[in-house]
Amino acid sequence: MLLRHTTPDIKERKALMVNPAKTCQPIGAMYASLGVHGCLPHSHGSQGCYAYHRSALTRHYKEPVMAATSAFTEGASVFGGQANLVQAIDNIFTVYEPDVIAVHTTCLSETIGDDIPQIINKAASDGRIPDGKYVFHANTPSYVGSHVTGFANMTKAMVDYFAETDGHKKKALNLIPGYVEPADMTEIRRLASEMNIASIMFPDTSRVLNGPLTGKFKMFPQGGVTIDQLKGSGSSTGTIALGAIASAPAGLAMDSKCKVPCQVLNLPIGLLDTDLFIDAMRRMAGVNVPESIDLERGQLVDAISDWHPYLQGKRVGIVGDPDQLLAMTRFLASLDMHPVYLVTGSPAGKKFEAQLRQAVAEVPGDVRIKVPGDMFLFHQWLKNEPVDLLIGNTYAKYIARDEDIPFVRYGFPIFDRMGHSYFSSMGYRGALRLLEKMLDALLDRKDRDSSDIEFELVL
Amino acid sequence: MRKVAIYGKGGIGKSTTTQNTVAGLAEMGKKVMVVGCDPKADSTRLLLGGLAQRTVLDTLREEGEDVELADVRKMGFGGSLCTESGGPEPGVGCAGRGIITSINLLEQLGAYADSEALDYVFYDVLGDVVCGGFAMPIREGKAQEIYIVVSGEMMAMYAANNICKGIVKFAEAGGVRLGGLICNSRKVDNEQEMIQALADRLGTQMIHFVPRDNMVQRAEINRKTVIDYDAGHNQANEYRILAQKIDNNEMKVIPKPLEIDELEKLLIDYGIAA
Repeated sequence: MLLRHTTPDIKERKALMVNPAKTCQPIGAMYASLGVHGCLPHSHGSQGCYAYHRSALTRHYKEPVMAATSAFTEGASVFGGQANLVQAIDNIFTVYEPDVIAVHTTCLSETIGDDIPQIINKAASDGRIPDGKYVFHANTPSYVGSHVTGFANMTKAMVDYFAETDGHKKKALNLIPGYVEPADMTEIRRLASEMNIASIMFPDTSRVLNGPLTGKFKMFPQGGVTIDQLKGSGSSTGTIALGAIASAPAGLAMDSKCKVPCQVLNLPIGLLDTDLFIDAMRRMAGVNVPESIDLERGQLVDAISDWHPYLQGKRVGIVGDPDQLLAMTRFLASLDMHPVYLVTGSPAGKKFEAQLRQAVAEVPGDVRIKVPGDMFLFHQWLKNEPVDLLIGNTYAKYIARDEDIPFVRYGFPIFDRMGHSYFSSMGYRGALRLLEKMLDALLDRKDRDSSDIEFELVL
Repeated sequence: MRKVAIYGKGGIGKSTTTQNTVAGLAEMGKKVMVVGCDPKADSTRLLLGGLAQRTVLDTLREEGEDVELADVRKMGFGGSLCTESGGPEPGVGCAGRGIITSINLLEQLGAYADSEALDYVFYDVLGDVVCGGFAMPIREGKAQEIYIVVSGEMMAMYAANNICKGIVKFAEAGGVRLGGLICNSRKVDNEQEMIQALADRLGTQMIHFVPRDNMVQRAEINRKTVIDYDAGHNQANEYRILAQKIDNNEMKVIPKPLEIDELEKLLIDYGIAA
């Protein structure tokens, strides 16, 4: 009973967060940077920041995460971080030879007001940036937004710095996958190529953070979008931005910078939102949906109809990042499950909250939503009226254990289970995996709790 | 859209000069937005007829991040649009960060969007550029031209010279340039010649010499710009001329700041000691 102090008595809180359901912007920025090929993320701040961000990512992906830091000391905080960053850029290009450095700021460098574009220009004019190499940046103070907005900012920076167009359109779609797993990025790209659509995906962390063990260390793994691809993205016929919070800023920036029309969709989680994604690709690229995808869809529909009786009416609590939370809620509601407690830690705004409210419009009874909220409140709701299933990241396991509720790990971070790096939860196949996970959790519980008389071979 | 930042020593009359000049531009039919970047939040008082404005940061604090442009922007004299960053009380918090936050927010809210069809944005910035936050208005191509309000007093000239050092730093990387010195007269001996000489040494111009007149204070007590309070007064014309000169100004330079010895020599050659 590690959370035994959690009281069911809910009091209005304004200034206090307990067990937050988010982490800092630079984590998302660092993750997005790793989705650029040959990119070294650089944390412009003191060393503790970058050590924490690297270890948080490593614990989730079980891969080494390479990054650099400006290593602020007291001197840098007083005089500004220009000298540190210029020196760092020089050292990095000399020692590690990346193609590109992605600088993100931290609380400290933001508060002292370091002007990163000015410092990058200074490094360039001092000859510290070799020909054909690049430095770009995003502003990511941790006291604004969350890891999701950090990801969104860095992804938008890719557009701001690199996307270009000469007015000629090429037959390709830009896919902005959102803050999802490397396996999800592979799946999203696979769906596009299954439809014979050429695509540029950014960022793309597949084969960077789920690469093979070859016995040889590679500082810059094979995966990731290249700078040439990012430049070319300005000439694509359209952009699909998956997830309004993580991807829309980049998609809309592309639209206004290079006049590439952008459609913002939910993450393709579940039947409906995958349908919408496939349909948007079909329209934008002017292709037909191949039979292979019809088959995947048909299998999902079949599985849903087979297993619907075990899912319908189940009360679910979900805590997660906004884009995942919204799409997951829509999926569960469409399965006639009852997502009743919904929390995201990110300040995703009133519009997001309204969309979430819309997603549960048909769910009977009292649905509680908190944007942004924390896991303490989420736990309090559960204490007042329990649910049948809990969905959340690893931190929610304390709640699941204390309240003895079946638990499906989903989201970021997952420190204590494998799978998320290799098996996608996106698309029709991903939906099958989600069904499998939820049914396993629910039916294992049913088996566990059944008396000898109730215990059945075929459920 | 021309983006102008006004700097100068504390108490030199930046806010007064800015608002009176904006009134002149507004009278010319220009659409102007004033962004007050001073925690005291008194950069728009004369245009609005009092401290009627909720600051961006107060609004952010009280209402959370879902702020609307209409919450933080008020219409003032001659259709000028007024916003105040605001900031913490003296002695607490981080005023510099406040300015970064509020300018970012105004951008997000579309205050600078093409659809607003602005001719001018004026940033009225706190006395000295004491930290990175106060340089926000000249970062990343926000303000492209700077005017420094100065008088013939030594510390005002000293501050102006320091501000030029800041401009050089940002001018090297970005596009920011010095548009000139505005002399807000304190009736120091030889003031006009001395500021003219300072401008020459800095490689810029004294764009206008605003004579001292109690009418400015009278209008201020009445919460009005001079043009608003007494349109026919001679001082109103001075501000009209300044507005006209800024509107026509083509001279935008990277200044050449003086060494402190040179500055002192200038004072000796032209100033009180002369």
